[in-house]
Amino acid sequence: MNEFSSAIGAALSMIVTLDPGLVEIVLLSLRISLSAVIIASVFALPLGALIALQPFPGRRGVIVLLNALMGLPPVVVGLMVYLLLSRAGPLGPLGLLFTPTAMVIAQSIIVFPIIAALSRQTIADLHEEYDEHLRSIGCTPLQSVVTLIRDGRYRLLTGIMAGFGRAIAEVGAVLIVGGNIQHSTRVMTTTIALETSKGNLALALGLGLILVVLALGVNGTALVISDAAQRRYG
Amino acid sequence: MANGARPAEKREHPELAAANDHPLLPLVARQLRFGINGRRIIRNISFWIGSSGRTIILGPNGAGKTVLLRLCHGLIQPTSGQLSWGDLSVAEARAHQAMVPQRPVLLRRSVAGNVQHVLSVKRIPRKQRPELVAAALEQAGLTDLASRPARTLSGGQQQRLAIARACVLRPAVLLLDEPTTNLDPAAVRDVEEMILAVGAAGTKILMTTHDIAQARRLASDVMFLNDRRLLEHASAAEFFSSPKDPVAARFLDGELLG
Amino acid sequence: MFPNDDIRLTSRRAIARWAVLAVGITMLTGAVSGERQTITVASTTSTENSGLFAYLLPLFTAETGIDVRVVAVGTGQAIRVAANGDADVLFVHHPPSEQKFVADGLGLERHAVMHNDFVLVGAAGDAAGIRGMIDAAAALRLISAGEHEFVSRGDDSGTHKKELALWETAAIDPRPASGSWYRESGSGMGATLNTASGMDAYTLADRATWARFGNKGNLEILVEGDARLHNPYGVIVVNPERHPHVHVAEAQAFVAWLMSERGQKEIAAYSVDDRQLFFPDALPDAAGEK
Repeated sequence: MNEFSSAIGAALSMIVTLDPGLVEIVLLSLRISLSAVIIASVFALPLGALIALQPFPGRRGVIVLLNALMGLPPVVVGLMVYLLLSRAGPLGPLGLLFTPTAMVIAQSIIVFPIIAALSRQTIADLHEEYDEHLRSIGCTPLQSVVTLIRDGRYRLLTGIMAGFGRAIAEVGAVLIVGGNIQHSTRVMTTTIALETSKGNLALALGLGLILVVLALGVNGTALVISDAAQRRYG
Repeated sequence: MANGARPAEKREHPELAAANDHPLLPLVARQLRFGINGRRIIRNISFWIGSSGRTIILGPNGAGKTVLLRLCHGLIQPTSGQLSWGDLSVAEARAHQAMVPQRPVLLRRSVAGNVQHVLSVKRIPRKQRPELVAAALEQAGLTDLASRPARTLSGGQQQRLAIARACVLRPAVLLLDEPTTNLDPAAVRDVEEMILAVGAAGTKILMTTHDIAQARRLASDVMFLNDRRLLEHASAAEFFSSPKDPVAARFLDGELLG
Repeated sequence: MFPNDDIRLTSRRAIARWAVLAVGITMLTGAVSGERQTITVASTTSTENSGLFAYLLPLFTAETGIDVRVVAVGTGQAIRVAANGDADVLFVHHPPSEQKFVADGLGLERHAVMHNDFVLVGAAGDAAGIRGMIDAAAALRLISAGEHEFVSRGDDSGTHKKELALWETAAIDPRPASGSWYRESGSGMGATLNTASGMDAYTLADRATWARFGNKGNLEILVEGDARLHNPYGVIVVNPERHPHVHVAEAQAFVAWLMSERGQKEIAAYSVDDRQLFFPDALPDAAGEK
């Protein structure tokens, strides 16, 4: 129990003094996870909409696969990306191992199925509801997609935030492909792992509390946004 | 068109011209059949609708009224038989029609936004939209609710919005499927008034209902459907005073057909 | 084509999408920026966790302008990283593996940089009664005989290999007991110490990691001083003939600095709780034991 109070104390003192070490890893964590979510969304949103709206043979299998990939263990993704990016691997000449870029790549892969599956579900639900009306007024397929995405934007945003939450809290993949190098690839979660291995449990826990608050903030924002959407649009 | 669309308006809004000349009439159906998985849902219906008034498709629930309406609008294809609106095929005619289903789907936008969406889909230039939206909301008595979320409206208000949205570009034909089911009497009255106004402005009304009293109030002519067949098609006056079909007579007497 | 709003809207969206993508990529390239000279060093957790690198490397960077990026993993993994060419320098503490590394043509030459020692730690209560012993193998024999809980690295690291060598000297094979009193944690030194601390168990640790470890709990050093607990560190430049992309010049500069009088003095100067943790090997008179 002592650890918890020292943890809270450690966390507060770091926050209040804006400890530069803390600021550095928080900013890097945010930069990497936000980049990963943006990149994953650019591909996952259109793909999710496409799967939702365009029937094709084997579609149901693809949907099952997409949903299953949401549970892909991050450490496995990290390992695969590591093997790809290592100098001994196929993409070795790019020299990307142990860089923030590698971490963004790994997290994009982890987050992609989450955003794709959730957008697919959102668009499919809206499509079922709106389809007849849109056909009746003569929407082209393009106009339909635009309408669905526009009307579903809050739910889509929630899906994207779910992806962000996963990315910011992930440690297995970024540890393997990043190498936890100080001032370079060390983020909040890998710092927590490191301080734990040094036995600095109070500090690790304090960082963990800060990370939880960050994740709570993201999810809280998502909840507030979707609540506002519920109230405004029903 | 009686209510004075000026010639200038006709040039700017070709859709209004359509309402003037009714190129969609007569609506002709020949031996229409519709079935799913072997189940016959419409059994060999033929009719000819020429009058530009309000045609009510009347019948008990399960008679096939909704399916017939959707066939006319082109949302579903007949299994066999022919359907045509004037010189146009059903698919071509749909651009000049609007349909209000039994449960209208309102977009997750404001009242005005729902109307604007239709204008945007039909590619009406932005400058012209505010005026059209305002006119539509006025027609529906919803001007004060323009910025409210459409889905928070009452049942009657939503129905009026759906009709206003459908009529914003003065379609040649307005199809309505049981528009006042589940509405309270005041709301029913408001919706019926709106339908009458739309019809008076020159739009052909094709509407289904199982409510005999409503049919009496609104119909110019009546198509009586029962058990997937068209049993009688007559002017309102003839149908309600002396129906030729015995089943229709029993229905008008209040018997439950089943 | 219709000059219609929706196609323009969609183009706007498409443009916005790709703008965002461009921003994302820019953020990435921002992260990979840097024309500064750098080297990547694959090392063990003991050099990192003990705080040696945090003390030593800024001194090197200040003098040479070369940034040192340390990937701190177990010895076995560090060797694989260097063998794959993902690092420029290998800095670990298992001479047989290091010599094999050079012999296989993966590294240029092994330089003996520094050394310290391993210690046997355990709960203050010392149920096996090994406190004060010098003979580490005999101590292990007592632990095994009494079936007292012992946490092993179990991860193919330098420490792990040293531990297995000691068991062999004691003529005991602890592996059949794996899961009962012999616990193979399969993790790094810090995690292993956390486990031992939580269980009040015995374990073998390098002195440097132990010194800085913040969760000792009831554990204390019980056995030290055995010559067999000697822990030598070597540094090797990765062979550029195998991996042409290696930053050879900077890597050589790093090794040279470590082996120089300045480097060796700074290694000796590093202490925790007033105790010197690493003893330089290149300059016998640079203070400390040899």
